[in-house]
Amino acid sequence: MATKVSHGDDAATGSRRTPFLVELYRSALGKKYLMAISGIVFMGYVLAHMLGNLKLYQGPEEFNKYAEFLREGLLTPILPESGMLNLLRLVLLVSLVVHVVAAVQLTRMNKQARPESYRSKRDYVAADFASRTMIWTGTIVLLFVAYHLADLTWGWVNPAEAGATVYDKVVASFSVPAVAAFYLVANLALGVHLYHGVWSLFQSLGINNRRFNHWRRALAVGFTVVVVGGNLSFPIAVQVGLIS
Amino acid sequence: MLDAKTPEGPIETKWENHKFDMKLVNPANKRKFEIIVVGTGLAGASAAATLGELGYRVKAFTYHDSARRAHSIAAQGGINAAKNYHSDGDSIFRLFYDTVKGGDYRSREANVYRLAEVSNNIIDQCVAQGVPFAREYGGLLDNRSFGGAQVSRTFYARGQTGQQLLLGAYQALSRQVKAGTVELHTGLEMLDVVVVDGKAAGIIVRDLNTGEISRHSAHAVVLGTGGYSNAFYLSTMAMSSNVTAAWRAHRKGAFFANPCFTQIHPTAIPSSDEFQSKLTLMSESLRNDGRIWVPKDPDETRAPGDIPEEDRDYYLEVKYPAFGNLVPRDVASRNAKTQVDAGKGVGPLKNGVFLDFADAIGRLGRDAVADKYGNLFEMYERITGEDPYQVPMRIYPAPHYTMGGLWVDYHLQTTIPGLFAIGEANFSDHGANRLGASALMQGLADGYFVLPYTIGDYLAPQLGSTPVDTSASEFDQAEADVKAQVDRFLATNGTRSVDWFHRELGKILWDHCGMERSEAGLEKALSEIPALREEFEQDVRVLGSAETLNSSLEKAGRVADFFELAELMCRDALTRRESCGGHFRVESQTEEGEALRDDDDFAHVSAWEWTGQGSEPVEHREPLEFEYVKLTQRSYK
Amino acid sequence: MNLTLRVWRQAGPDAPGRFETYEATDISPDSSFLEMLDLVNEDLIGQGEEPIEFMHDCREGICGTCGMMINGRAHGPQSMTATCQLHMRTFQDGDELVLEPWRASGFPIVKDLVVDRSAFDRIIEAGGYISIDTGSAPDANLIPVAKQDADLAMDAAACIGCGACVAACPNGAGQLFTSAKLAQLNTLPQGQPERYERTEAMVEVMEEHFGSCTNMGECEAACPKGISIDFIAMMNRDYRKAKFRNRRSA
Repeated sequence: MATKVSHGDDAATGSRRTPFLVELYRSALGKKYLMAISGIVFMGYVLAHMLGNLKLYQGPEEFNKYAEFLREGLLTPILPESGMLNLLRLVLLVSLVVHVVAAVQLTRMNKQARPESYRSKRDYVAADFASRTMIWTGTIVLLFVAYHLADLTWGWVNPAEAGATVYDKVVASFSVPAVAAFYLVANLALGVHLYHGVWSLFQSLGINNRRFNHWRRALAVGFTVVVVGGNLSFPIAVQVGLIS
Repeated sequence: MLDAKTPEGPIETKWENHKFDMKLVNPANKRKFEIIVVGTGLAGASAAATLGELGYRVKAFTYHDSARRAHSIAAQGGINAAKNYHSDGDSIFRLFYDTVKGGDYRSREANVYRLAEVSNNIIDQCVAQGVPFAREYGGLLDNRSFGGAQVSRTFYARGQTGQQLLLGAYQALSRQVKAGTVELHTGLEMLDVVVVDGKAAGIIVRDLNTGEISRHSAHAVVLGTGGYSNAFYLSTMAMSSNVTAAWRAHRKGAFFANPCFTQIHPTAIPSSDEFQSKLTLMSESLRNDGRIWVPKDPDETRAPGDIPEEDRDYYLEVKYPAFGNLVPRDVASRNAKTQVDAGKGVGPLKNGVFLDFADAIGRLGRDAVADKYGNLFEMYERITGEDPYQVPMRIYPAPHYTMGGLWVDYHLQTTIPGLFAIGEANFSDHGANRLGASALMQGLADGYFVLPYTIGDYLAPQLGSTPVDTSASEFDQAEADVKAQVDRFLATNGTRSVDWFHRELGKILWDHCGMERSEAGLEKALSEIPALREEFEQDVRVLGSAETLNSSLEKAGRVADFFELAELMCRDALTRRESCGGHFRVESQTEEGEALRDDDDFAHVSAWEWTGQGSEPVEHREPLEFEYVKLTQRSYK
Repeated sequence: MNLTLRVWRQAGPDAPGRFETYEATDISPDSSFLEMLDLVNEDLIGQGEEPIEFMHDCREGICGTCGMMINGRAHGPQSMTATCQLHMRTFQDGDELVLEPWRASGFPIVKDLVVDRSAFDRIIEAGGYISIDTGSAPDANLIPVAKQDADLAMDAAACIGCGACVAACPNGAGQLFTSAKLAQLNTLPQGQPERYERTEAMVEVMEEHFGSCTNMGECEAACPKGISIDFIAMMNRDYRKAKFRNRRSA
């Protein structure tokens, strides 16, 4: 190795250097790495979201209390009211931007890597439906999230009257068959996305140990079934009148 | 008489002393020298990389699309070295001795000793490069005994030793490409050597993708362009392996030595029909556990499993009780031919003999056999559709390696000053028969450890000179010749494809200059080959243009050279009225039908000088003296 | 057996291409796929038509020269088998075979079914080696290598550089090829000194030529040598570490 003679210069450039994550993000591998990390954030989110929503089955009181807790109870009084919630929202928002922007950029890179596609019909062996449709299932989920926020968080498109409780809003929304159907479709898309994504993130992060590798698929399936199973139950329960 | 320039002194110190005696080029001056290396197999890539590391400016050429594809890659078994890691009595002297003896006393002692000497450095070098040789549980290198050797001296990387060693050399070469010392040209085929004032001055190459012909000059030219087994059409060589570079150097004045020394490997898969394009080798290691037999009755119709023991002829075990199925390659091959010629061949075309693992499976269990040979069995099944666990394999000999090649002296320099030949392209170290796991050793020895030293001795006195300008008239002439040949092929517009002629030539050569050669047969071949060549020139059909990728056109040039080479092979075989190693003359055999050498008249290298097409080549002899190895008749009884 | 071939014909790198239909008749089921193409070419030459150019050399599955898409699969329908080792008994009499060249921007078409894979060489040149000058190596047994490491390195080193991974990948990614060389060299003790420089350099050259990995596994399925996508995970881990370490030491 050559000896460094210009140590002072290095230190100087060091301070101006681009942040590590930005530098990592510049490569496709780095983008995948950050997609995996943001994916883990979303996994935590969708799991917690689903578990919390199970309180729908305990009735309006419990559910509304839980909603209130999220707004006010998280880490208060250490943080100001809604502070933690906003912090979580910020983390989710950053993750969303990273995940989506990286996905779009990588998709574009991949298109450029094969400008002329095969003329004959491909016969895929290992690439399953889930892995080949990530960009589409992701888009469906993204659109749904936008609607879902407009519906239940901001209430812009919610059918319940102003001032309704969170519980009432959920029931009102899911009582509309089209909304329930959209919710079902979006969650199936989420399931397909998770089925590949949860497995895939181990690869992207380089978490690899031949002794444990076969658990990755099991985890992906288990996680997907739990989250999507729970989520799907809500609109169905509303539609069949289990929750009203 | 040819001067091999072998250094004086005891054999153990010849190379060491000679390295001291040779002239050196000082490190700062090395970059003033340009060297052309043709071929990027084991020998070419290792030489180009090492010359680049030393500081020479190297231009490397390969007709492959990448330097990683040369046919060295297909060697399965392993590479020998006298490491004696297993304390089983191996030594440099023993490896030397075995190689000279195995070559049936037709190689140059000093060269072989040097080969054995540097064999150890090769292993060190390759391990340091990251070649994943097989290891024992303690983490040290594993060895196996190979090709009937009495010691375990073969290093291996599963069944892919050649691949791993070639990739090691390719990576070393890639490192020099990045460092800027080597300019690598892929997809370019060398079509002529340019000789100016009696010295190699450069080459003419054709770009296979664009047809562009270009000239390159340098202080020295190194050929590492492999062997010529493809003259037989069906061989274990890659489809594009050819003799063109060496042959065109021969036409420019480089002597061609011992062309009739070809090795026929005993364990290839027999061809399945007339249109078979190549033969696939099954590793020689299979003979360690497989038993070779044919049915006693030529009209046998039962399935192999139903033939009772008493109706089977385990001919090798019967004839050679001591070595049995492990007799050397040439002996095993010839005996298989005898059986097939007697009509006892097996398989739909009756062109093979059985290699049966039933006993081994019975004795060791299916799992143990699968452990050792699983990948080979799989490969066999993929090719033949037969499961060797159930039915015996069918094998038959196939041309595999050529010991002959361009004549070189101790410096690996041909008879054209400044033109060097390394690896299988030269004739040196294997005599009349090559031992298993020695080809990789020689290729790398030449490329890594011999040529980079000896070329300095040639270059040093030329300090201050520049390579010949490529506008010299000799370059004009050579390029015009190359262009004329290309144009001639395209203009002939005959009726038969290049492959057809190649196949016909292969048949003649295989029948008369294959495992068994006779005076009458060789004479016949010598009359048939020129006639067929004449027809080739009149009637070959090469379509397309010279400006794009055109594999028929490439092949036409190579086949034209095979025609001339085939004639020389037959002439050499005819002139050598003795049997030795891979060269078996029916007129020269013992009472038991074994090869009979004639050391009084033929202990020499025959180096042939080109005198023009249709004119008889001139034989030059380099006498071989054996000071350290005692000449004995081989016996495997 | 008789087959119908639809073969991609393209006269040169910039020429337009199209499928042409040919009949392969009287093919022995024991002949290899490439021998079948040889016969078709013999017929074409007989008819005065230019033969089909395709990549091939050793015809024993080790040189990595051959390769094409056969009915939508890289190297055809048989797993762990390069095009040259494919035999006609894999197909049925009367089958239609569609033959197409590898398609990727990193593998431009040269002619017909022939592509230029020199991008792979650029990746190796970026760092796919251990820097050791000839003659400077210590004794081979000086550094013991755990058998499992040596075996793992050999698993990775089995790559033949055919490009089927890129061809099969819906993203045209070169991850399997690059990671196999990295895994070989980064696993062995000899490869440690340059481990992180090598990883960063090779990955970055790879990304200049090829797409990105979305872990579909199609490469592994197409690989005639069964190279595992576990090596891609190893590369991803080493790359992240490399970015960190090389930054510290830069």
